[in-house]
Parts: sequence; structure tokens; C-alpha cells
Amino acid sequence: MTSDRRFPVRLDLKKGAVDMSHGSGGRAMAQLIGELFQRYLDHELLTLGNDQALFMPPPGRMVMSIDGHVISPLFFPGGDIGSLAVHGTINDVAMSGARPLYLAAGFILEEGFPLGDLARIVESMAQAANAAGVPVVTGDTKVVERGKGDGVFITTTGIGVVPEGILISGDRAEPGDVILVSGSMGDHGVAILSKRENLGFETEIRSDSSALHELVAAMIAAVPDIHCLRDPTRGGLATTLNELAHQSGVGMQIREDAIPVRPEVAAACELLGLDPLYVANEGKLIAICPPDKAERLLDAMRAHPLGTESAIIGEVVEDPHRFVQMETDFGGSRIVDWLAGEQLPRIC
Amino acid sequence: MKYIDEFRDKGLARRLAETIAAEAHPGRDYRLMEFCGGHTHAIFRYGVQHLMPPNLSFIHGPGCPVCVLPMARIDHAIALATQHDVTLCTYGDLMRVPASERKSLLKAKADGADIRMIYSTQDVLRIARENPDRQVVFFAIGFETTTPPTAVAVKTARAEGLTNFSVFCNHVLTPSALQTILSTAGPDGVQLDGILGPSHVSTLIGSRPYRFVAEQFGVPVVIAGFEPLDVMQSALMLVRQLNDGRCEVENQYTRAVSEEGNRKAQALIDEVFRIRPEFEWRGLGFLPNSALALDDAYADLDAEERFPVEFAPAKEIKGCECPAILRGVKTPTDCKLFGNPCTPDNPMGSCMVSSEGACAAYWSYGRFRAASLQPKVESRS
Repeated sequence: MTSDRRFPVRLDLKKGAVDMSHGSGGRAMAQLIGELFQRYLDHELLTLGNDQALFMPPPGRMVMSIDGHVISPLFFPGGDIGSLAVHGTINDVAMSGARPLYLAAGFILEEGFPLGDLARIVESMAQAANAAGVPVVTGDTKVVERGKGDGVFITTTGIGVVPEGILISGDRAEPGDVILVSGSMGDHGVAILSKRENLGFETEIRSDSSALHELVAAMIAAVPDIHCLRDPTRGGLATTLNELAHQSGVGMQIREDAIPVRPEVAAACELLGLDPLYVANEGKLIAICPPDKAERLLDAMRAHPLGTESAIIGEVVEDPHRFVQMETDFGGSRIVDWLAGEQLPRIC
Repeated sequence: MKYIDEFRDKGLARRLAETIAAEAHPGRDYRLMEFCGGHTHAIFRYGVQHLMPPNLSFIHGPGCPVCVLPMARIDHAIALATQHDVTLCTYGDLMRVPASERKSLLKAKADGADIRMIYSTQDVLRIARENPDRQVVFFAIGFETTTPPTAVAVKTARAEGLTNFSVFCNHVLTPSALQTILSTAGPDGVQLDGILGPSHVSTLIGSRPYRFVAEQFGVPVVIAGFEPLDVMQSALMLVRQLNDGRCEVENQYTRAVSEEGNRKAQALIDEVFRIRPEFEWRGLGFLPNSALALDDAYADLDAEERFPVEFAPAKEIKGCECPAILRGVKTPTDCKLFGNPCTPDNPMGSCMVSSEGACAAYWSYGRFRAASLQPKVESRS
């Protein structure tokens, strides 16, 4: 980075903090953008310094998605809010079957937030975007007074393009279709809980936060006729299956013993009185496809590094009530309902 | 998970189900009340009812501390937070429980009250230490099980000289509630043949306090663990008692419960708390000797003493059948509000809020299952 005469004193990324001037639109904000955001998110469209990114749209159907990221703690085993903001939006775009192209990022910073932590977050964001091959090409920064934010909020918008002949949508599940997941459930949520100030338990579990677009591309290459894709983030597998059942007007029948859950995650959930089916994921997907394509799709998923633990977990069934039902490990049967409010630990 | 999976074994469950079906006499009903919400939760979550013969039914009892807390106490807590500008700390389950005028702690928090969800009493002490300029009140709730941690917090606060910590005490005692339910059992009350007794509670107080159930009311009790196999084995033990014409307090949860309970914890509770002459239970009314307050020696840490509040008498929501459901007289589907408008997203009564509440369990795990599923195990005798 070349020195800029406008800013004779460099940003102090070790001891400095965000102040109101960093959102003022003036010199301090220009310095923050130049010495922090543009330094890490180094892409020609961004470093041009315009208020927008100008590019040629590729042919085909475009997909656009936006996602706000508010998370506590900001840094957790396996990731941080920066990488999460990249992965989350890439995945939302990819779940249409699209190839993600570009990201836009909006930062809301709280006065007093350490610049060093902000630099870590933006650097992590840049690494995630580079690894995924989906650059951040435009952005926005605002600063709110101390006490009116939670350190950093990041909103990311992504665009992508859907390959010809692909039609993936939450309303396409049909009775007889097969339900697959790309790996173990609940890793992200438990990793976050383990670092919450008031819980703080020891675990080896790391967040599964990752960009799934290449896994999706491999899946589409093997089975173009995938009916539904969705990443089970907030509300976990249970809530996402309910969303898909509702959208498609069908029921779902799943088997508890087929759903991958790491023993550590199961144990942590047991301790807290939580159900891993409702715990968030950030690097897993649910796929629904015709029954005769399921094995081929499963093979393709397992052949990808992000899908080695993929499994067939159940079937789509006819059901006017649109229930998700589960055959329990125990041999019984129960409804897996929407999550109401936040999943809360039990009192006793 | 070692020590957990053993109690959720499918093969064992199948064999137990077959034994229960074989031993249950087809000519009679086995109406078993599970006192604790933890049992209700296990029964629905693992589909235990589905494995029982058709003449064995579970009746959901009042054993959910959130469900039995009367609305007036939530109103009181909200008044504490709003009239005295205190930091009110409580467990998550309580946040969404309806108070008067469709308020709740969650709504009061959104309106600006400083209400915080905590995971343990240690969190409350930490908040008090870190905020010496704020009064921090712990909204304590729960059966005997959760009482010792509150006692420890009170003693810690005293030892540290924390002057900004106090307790809004709502700890309740199970034997009194059982006494009330059994006193009204019969044609006009709940009809039950046996009781799955509280297990976590009994780790504290032991199994002895439930002797009166068998001796005075002629109803057999089995202290039952919360794992699904515990529940099934306890059901089998009750079936056998009923078939034999026995009426005893048996202990299925021997891995944790003794007849005497945990004497050290009992001594701690005796030191910090006193028994209230009476306390209101939602659905059961004012029950004598059924709840705890801080002992006089700790009265200075009693939020009710420290912060007098004014609030109007609570009004229950018209049509809400929680009280009858808590007594086991009605089932959730008997309530006209069940499912419309009362759902976990829009709870009208506390039974729809707590994950251990009968209505929430019915709604989340059981609705329409009668139509879609048939029992798999038939009686062979």
C-alpha cells in the first residue's frame, strides 16, 4: 500500500478505536476505507473508490440475496462475523443452484470498537471471499454511538447466475422425493454457545462455517434435477424442513438414526436441554431430489470435501397438514415442529 | 453418549413395550399421572405413548414450575423491574410467559425494562458484582431441584457483602401440590391409577415424602427418571403394582435417589429458606405450606421486602383451560383456545410456553398424531 498524503498519521490498528468521525463521510472515513477495507478487500472494482461497482452482467438468470449478520461473540471457534458474512450470503445465492459472482458489504460499527478487531474481521472476510472466488466489490460504512450497536453488524448482498436448465426452489418438493443433508447438524450453534460469556464450556467443536457453492456445483453436475436446496441456518434442520414442507404443501418423514450429529454436539445439547435438530448450521445444506437420483446425488456429495458425511435422512410424503414427522432413535414417532421463539435451556 | 444412550436403547424399549402390553390386563385402564414436565417432555419427544398399549394413558400433571406460577407473580416481577428500575434476572423459560394484559417479561424488556436471561445463579452474582450502582434482583423459580443453587447464591451474596443483590423467591414444593390433586381425585376431579413421581426433586428430598400418596390416598407411586426407558420401566412397575393390588412408593431412579435424599442440600435449604404459610399455584389455588421464602435471617436479601410494588390483581385469559389441564382434569385438546389462537408463537397460557408444558408438548409433538398413527404394540394377554 502506498502512503497517502491526506493521512500523515496511519490508523492505529493496535490501540485505535472506531469513533464517530469514521462514519462522517470526511477524511477519517476515507482513511478507514483506504487503510482498512480496501487494504484487505483488495479488488479492482472496490479500490476504484466509486459508490457502486460497475460490471457487465453475464447472460442468464440472475439471483440476488441479502443477509444481515449480528452475532455474539464476534469471534468463535472456526470463524468470525467476517467469514460468516461472506459464507452466509454465498450460500443463500448458491441454494438456488447459482454460481455466486460478487458481494457487497455494509458495516455498522459501534463507536469505541477496537480497530484491531475490525481489521481481523475484514481480513477474515477477505480470506473467505478470496478462497470462494467471490469478491467484495462495493460497500458502505456507518458508525453509531457507543451503546447503540453490538460492536459490528455486517450486511452482505450477493449476486449470482443460475445455469441454464436448473430450477431449484423451496416449492418443488414432491411426495416420494428423497431428503439428504451434507453433514453433521448443530456444529455452528454449539461452537457459538461454547463461547458465550455466560456459558463458556469446553469443547473441540468448531463452527462449520463455509461456502457451499462448489459443493452445489458438483451436485448439479451429477444431478441437474435437484428440486430443493436450502442451508439450515437459524432454527436448524427442523425449522428448515418445516419451511420447505410448508412451501411445497407436503409432509416430511425423517429418521433420527440417519441424521448425522457429532457426539460432542449431542452431549452439549443434552447438558443445555437443547435439541440439535434446532441448532444453527453455517456450512451444511439440505437437498431434495427425485428418488431415482438420490444415490447418485449422495455419491456426488460425499465425493466433495464439504459433503463427506452426507446422508439420506428421509422422504417427502403427502400430508395436508404439512407436518415434519420423525421416527425416533427410540422407536417411537413424533412431530418435529417449527421452532417457537428462541430455543431456551430448561430450568431443571 | 455414555450414560445417556443406554437409557434410549431401541431394542430395550421394544422389549419393555412388549412386556407392558403382555402384563397390562385388557379389561382395565391404567391412567398414570406423570407429575413432572420433564416426563411429559420425554414421553412426547421419544414417542413413548406410541409404544404403550391402548389402555395405558399418561395424564399430564402440574410438574412444570413455569406452568404453575400464577400470573400475579409475573405481574409482580414486571412491576419490580419497572417501578424500581432494577436489573431483573431470570431463566429463559419465564421470558415469554403471559402476564396480565398480554404482557410478558420479553415485552417489558422491549419496552425498556432491564430484564436479562441467565443460565445460572452465578450469572446473577456476576452481574451484581459488575454493576455495583444497580440493584440486581434474581427472579427465582423452580421446584426443590433448583432451590439449592438459589440458597448458595444467597449465602455467597451475604459472605461477599453484596448489597445490590436480592431474590424474588418463587420456589415451590411438590408434595403439597400432589396432596391437593389427590384430594380432588375421583368422579369430579382427575381419575388416576398411579403416579410417576418426580425424580430430580427426589434426589433432593428423597422418596420418603411421597409415602402419604400411597398410605393416605391408596395411589401407588414410582419415582421415575427422565430418560424414556426410565419412564417405560416406571410404567411397568406401576402396572405390576396395580395388577398385584399393591400400593407402595417404589424407586425406579435408584441411580440418583435414596429414601432420605441429599441431607446436605436439605440442611442448606433449611438454613436459607422458610416455608410460606400458603402460596398461589396456577390451577390449584392457594396451597398451604407449598412454597419457600427467604428465612428471616436473610430478609434483607428478599426483593419483596426491599422493593414494595403496586399492581392490579391479575386476570386470567377467558377460556384458557390451563388450570384444569394442570390438575389433569382436562387435556390440552379440550381447550377451545388450543391451536387457535393459542400456539407456542402466541401463547395465551403458560402451559403453551414452557417446553415442559402439556399444551406445548401436545402442540409440538402430538397434534393430529391420533389420526395419523396407530399403536404398534398390541396386548397379548
